[in-house]
Amino acid sequence: MIYGVSLSLVLALLWWVLSGYDKTILLSFGAISVIITMVLVFRMRILDRETAPFYRLHTLVPYYIWLGGEIAKSNVAVLKAALKPEIDITPRLVRVPVQAETDLSRCVFANSITLTPGTVTIEIEDDAFLVHALDSAFTSPDGFAEMNQNASRATDGVPS
Amino acid sequence: MMDALSLVRDFVSIAFMAVGIVFVLAGAIGVVRLPDFYTRMHAAGVTDTLGAEMIVFGLMIQAGFTLLSAKLLLVGFILFLTSPTATHAVANAAHRAGLNPLLSRHQPPHPGDDPEGGAKP
Repeated sequence: MIYGVSLSLVLALLWWVLSGYDKTILLSFGAISVIITMVLVFRMRILDRETAPFYRLHTLVPYYIWLGGEIAKSNVAVLKAALKPEIDITPRLVRVPVQAETDLSRCVFANSITLTPGTVTIEIEDDAFLVHALDSAFTSPDGFAEMNQNASRATDGVPS
Repeated sequence: MMDALSLVRDFVSIAFMAVGIVFVLAGAIGVVRLPDFYTRMHAAGVTDTLGAEMIVFGLMIQAGFTLLSAKLLLVGFILFLTSPTATHAVANAAHRAGLNPLLSRHQPPHPGDDPEGGAKP
């Protein structure tokens, strides 16, 4: 129920932000389209914590801010590696162990690795990710473990 | 008073966009210079994370507290969610197709160092 309410609120907000209308008749069209969407979502039975992860915003937003800092740092590192007058890199393919309770947390962790420049998740396995790194400087196990811990704390609420 | 405020706003937004353009340009240079497919992908990642987000943020400062700014925030957010998915899809396709990454140390000789291997006149 809480998922349904939060999803309809977010859909209504999205409709209003994208259209910017304030006339009653147009707003009621928006309300009708939100209702149709909710009927479809209920019929498809896909409403769960993965389709409406909004009640996790208070932990997800700080996580994404922390991730933004990490992205900025590794952006500068990739920039230095790519613009050096004499390129000197050692690309690495590493297997990163993953501790995740749920698929949502695995997904957030994998996307965080890919979003950080210099490392890309290329294969998902049962308990590990295959990660390609631009240089051996990007493959510190501590960094991956910290990101894994923060990701699962942000999505599941329990540090694993 | 209003003029000074809008001047400051212009400067801040121009600074953000200029940094974004530097990142986009550097990403493009990296795509050309790096040796193989996977390493080039990392350089492209610079373009669609910090480069794009900086430019969107600069435009948001330019727009101020308006509906346009909220739309730009949505653009930045959706970019933040979709670009790793696209990068992973491309990398995974290359891996499944059997493209082996270069894993040794890559240090090309400088063209000025040895006349035989470098730029020929």
